[in-house]
Formats: sequence, structure tokens, C-alpha cells
Amino acid sequence: MSFMQTLLGAGAAVAVSAASALAEPAIIYDLGGKFDKSFNEAAYRGAERWKKETGENYREVELQNDAQREQALRRFAEAGANPIVTVGFAFASTLEKVAPDYPDTKFVIVDMVVNQPNVRSVVFKEHEGSYLVGMLGAMKSKTGKLGFVGGMDIPLIRRFACGYVQGVKAVNPDAVVFQNMTGTTPAAWNDPVKGAELAKAQIAQGADVIYHAAGGTGRGVLQAAADAGVYGIGVDSNQNYMFPGHVLTSMLKRVDNAVHDAFRDGPGMSTGLVVLGLKEGGVDYAYDEYNKDLITPEMKAKVDEARQKIIDGEIVVHDYMSDNSCPVK
Amino acid sequence: MDLDIVLQLADSSVRLATPLLLACLAGLYSERSGVFDIGLEGKMLIAAFFAAATAAVTGSAWVGLAAGLAASLVFSMLHAVASITFRGNQLISGVAINFLAVGMTALLGHTWFRQGGQTPQLVGDARFHAIELPGAARLADVPVIGPVYAEVISGHSILVYIAFLAVPLTWWVLYRTRFGLRLRAVGENPAAVDTAGISVPLLRYQALVITGILCGIAGAYLSTSMNAGFVREMTAGKGFIALAALIFAKWRPWPALFATLLFGLLEAIGIRFQNVELGGIGTIPVQFMQALPYILTVVILAGFVGKAIPPRAGGEPYVKEE
Repeated sequence: MSFMQTLLGAGAAVAVSAASALAEPAIIYDLGGKFDKSFNEAAYRGAERWKKETGENYREVELQNDAQREQALRRFAEAGANPIVTVGFAFASTLEKVAPDYPDTKFVIVDMVVNQPNVRSVVFKEHEGSYLVGMLGAMKSKTGKLGFVGGMDIPLIRRFACGYVQGVKAVNPDAVVFQNMTGTTPAAWNDPVKGAELAKAQIAQGADVIYHAAGGTGRGVLQAAADAGVYGIGVDSNQNYMFPGHVLTSMLKRVDNAVHDAFRDGPGMSTGLVVLGLKEGGVDYAYDEYNKDLITPEMKAKVDEARQKIIDGEIVVHDYMSDNSCPVK
Repeated sequence: MDLDIVLQLADSSVRLATPLLLACLAGLYSERSGVFDIGLEGKMLIAAFFAAATAAVTGSAWVGLAAGLAASLVFSMLHAVASITFRGNQLISGVAINFLAVGMTALLGHTWFRQGGQTPQLVGDARFHAIELPGAARLADVPVIGPVYAEVISGHSILVYIAFLAVPLTWWVLYRTRFGLRLRAVGENPAAVDTAGISVPLLRYQALVITGILCGIAGAYLSTSMNAGFVREMTAGKGFIALAALIFAKWRPWPALFATLLFGLLEAIGIRFQNVELGGIGTIPVQFMQALPYILTVVILAGFVGKAIPPRAGGEPYVKEE
């Protein structure tokens, strides 16, 4: 049995790395997996950047199921890790419960707001970044039909979708956007098979640009788009390199900065709400050597103009989460 | 609902049904020989991993397939040794195989590729790509038959066609060959087979070799054709759905085809139709559409299958009378 436990424990893939120093920071990845090439991987890169800069170590754990949230949080807190970064909205209810028990430990939650004196909540204006990639998608689309594949069906993901559709409609008011969500459970973050099937269904309906906000599921979406010779749009991390020539752009969400800054600030960091939009460099669209041939100078000029207008407040992108509804379909 | 949607659904069903079909036929050989096998899931998983890992390193999907087959065969033989030679409990051995596969793939995957148990993305020849059947483009304009041929039948990977050819082949082996007769007999009444002077363990070992091969193809299909790489626990219960389909099909090859296609169709419907607008009544929520395959599974199993009688000697290790 102990052999089996070893194997199953190893199934947790990345065990808590044990190195003892006082007040090491810690990070807990969500169910999409540390190497989802998207959301969690962005957080990982932020932690690694901090490690490289300071030469210090941090602790990490990758969750395998929902039940481990509280266990992992408490274990790190008991072990003296400080600050502890939780990557993902799903930690909110657990953190709400755990944070008061460890008043001297600082916690960070990404994508959700937890009102506790020792918690820093980092949220992003995903609708602004999604607006820009929506514009690029609409300018690239020949059919006037675009797709969106979300991960778990939650308001946060609807915020991506709503911003995207607004961007699409800003360029082409007649465009059609097909929207699908992968599921209603956290498993929807890591189901590339379903992601690919959803994308194929949208492509079959005529979509030639598909944006995903689905973590690991998005690998399947981008792959299906590349297989069919159309364009995918990546999310969170820069995913342009994954299928060069078939990833139009990526909606960058600088989760890496959120993690890096928290680690840098250390135990004495400020708490409270931090909102990162285009202006703060929290979101953006990706333009690099992998997609520079896909985006014409005119497209770039147009989207950069809109980018500046959003920063200046001339264009206000509707935030789905402000009223749980979207003005455009 | 127009023809396009029907065709897209059928196309998607075929893709989704393929791993189920292969696993279902794998289970059919094993269970017909009197060895219960709930380790189909684990065998598919280990095959998917080794196929993707080998394909990623060598760049050849065929070498990957061979590695997947080998891995699945090793696991199948593990089950055979435990349950045939040592007469262990077949269910326990199957569960052990499933656990072993989950742990091993994650451990090896992370050790080798350092990506949390995934393999690198497979590109180019490291994957089985869709093949166009001859004449698909030319026939596409013929009404009804053309689109059906071009969209549903053509344009899948070679492994899909192997899976569908395995159905008539299985039927032929099972009902038209001496081996098939003995295989069916050994699952019903091993003592009679033994009396006729035929080795019961040998027959069961042969059946499990076939099971291993079919699971190996199913796994390789998942990671090198349907997807571009291995993801942790990517089989996601398909081995168990295949077992349900096997019961639904009453351990027969042709019904197995229809059962797995039905499960594939239900999954395709769940994916394709999310929020369905019903004129006047309102919207069917996405949760219901996603639960639909499972609800229908229960309804079908409870209401339409009738009595499914497993092979009589299933699950019983054979002890030769002294």
C-alpha cells in the first residue's frame, strides 16, 4: 500500500518542495494545472521570475481536486509560508474561512475579491483586453463569424466573452459570435478534447477566428483551429508560439506580475483590492515575431488607437460583472 | 434542424465514439473469455501516455502507436497473470491497473518532460492526421449521399477506420472461427472446454492479448489523433462508459458499435447544443444538456436493454478439477 501511496502522491506531480527558510512565499495553482500554457502557467512564470531575481526559493503545490484547497492553504500557513498566493477565483470561499485563522500571514487571491484585512485581492479588467483581441479577430475574419470558447461557466468568463463581443461589434456590427462554455465544474479548465470539439462545431458553422478563455482546455481549441486552417486567439499567457501562423494574438493577463509583485513585497505587503486594466499594464494583446505576419499595419494602427482610447477613458468597455448582463450578443 | 447540423453531429459522434468502440471491443474479448476487466481505463491511459511520449521523442505517430500497444499489452498481461495464473480477484486487479496507470503516467510524464505530467504538443508526423477518402471532394456535390460521404465518412484519422473495421472482424472471429467458438465456450463453461482437451488459461491469455491491443489503439487515438499530446487523466472515464456500452450491447460486436455510436452521439449533442431556446417555453439550461447523456444512459439501461446476462463464467478463476 505504501508503494501505491508513493505513486499516487507522485501523481500530485509537483510535491511541496521542501526547503526550509523563514517566511518563504508560497503559491497554490488551481485545477487547470501548473502547465496549462495559460492562466496557471502565467502565475508560475511570475514566481520563477522572482526566484531568478532574488535567488530565493518558494513553495508551491498543484491541486488535484477541490477538497485539497483548504488543506493546502492551512498546511502552508502552518508551515510559516508568507505570503501565500492563491491563483484562481475558486479559492475565494476557502480563503474567506482560512484567512482569519492566520492574521499574521498575508494572502493573495487572483481573480476574486476577499474582504479580509490580511488578503490582497488582485482582479483584472479582462473585458478591456478581450475588446482589443475581439477587434483584431473581427478585422481578420473573412466570414464575419467568430467563436468564443469559455472554460467554466462563471461571471468572470462571461466578462471575457462580453468584452470580446463588444470589440468584434465595434469593427463589424453585423458579425456573429458563437459562444460556448466547456462546462459548469472545475474540470472544464482542463478538457482539451471537449475544447477541440466545441471549436470544430463553431468552425463547421463558419467561424474562422476563435478566442478561448478556458485555461488548459484552450490547447484543444487552438489545436482545432490550427488543424482547420483558421485562427485561434490565446489567453492569459502569450500563446502565439503554440501554433505559429494560426494563433492570431493572445489576450495577455499579467497574472505573472501579480504573483511576482506579491512575492517581491513579501510579508509586509499591502492588502486590499488591486485592479489591473490596460492602463495599469494588467491586460494587453500580444504582438510578437509569431504573429507579426498575421496582423497588418492597418489592423495594428486601429487596435492601438482603441487601446489608447480605453486608457484615456474615451471608450468604456462594459464590464459583465458590474451588472451580470452584456449589452451585445 | 437542417442537414448540415445533422452531418456535423454525426461527424462529431464518430470521432467521440471511436475510443469507446475500441475499448468496448477490448472488453468484449476479455469478458467473453470469462475475465472481467474494469482496467480498460488504465490500459487506455498508459497507452495514450506512451504513444504520445514516444511520438513526441521520435516524431513518428506510428512508432508512438507501437509503444502504446506495447504498454497496453504489458498492463493486460499483468491483469492476466494476476487473474488467470494466480486466480486473483479480477475486479481488484482491474482497479489496481487503473490506479497504477494514473500514478505512473503522471510520475513518468513529469520526470521526463517537466510539464506537470503532460507530454509536449505533437506536431506534424507525430500525429495521425485526418485522411480524405478517395472521391470525397468529387462526390460532395451529389445530394444527400455526397455530403454524408464527404463529411461523416471521409476525413477521419486512420485509427478511426481501424476501429470501425474491427467490428466486422470481431463478429467474424467470434462467430465464424474455431477460436471464436472456443472463446465463447470458455466464458460460459470452462470445464467443458477443458474436457475437450483445450487449455483454458491459454485461451484466456489469448483473449487478453487482443484486449491489450485494442486498448492500445484506443489510447493512441486519444493522445495522437484526437488530441495533440497527453494530458493527465485524459481518458476521463471512457473505459467505464465503454463497459456500460458493453452491457448495453449484451457482449455482441454489432450492438457494441451501435451502443458506442449512441454514447458518442449523446456526447456530441451535449457539446453542440448548450442553451437550447424553446419557442415560448423558455431556455433549456446548459446543465441539463450536459447531463442529458447520463440521464439517457440510465433511461436506456433501465428501460430498453432488457435482461443483460453476462458470460456465465465471468469473474470466476478457473480451477481445474484434480
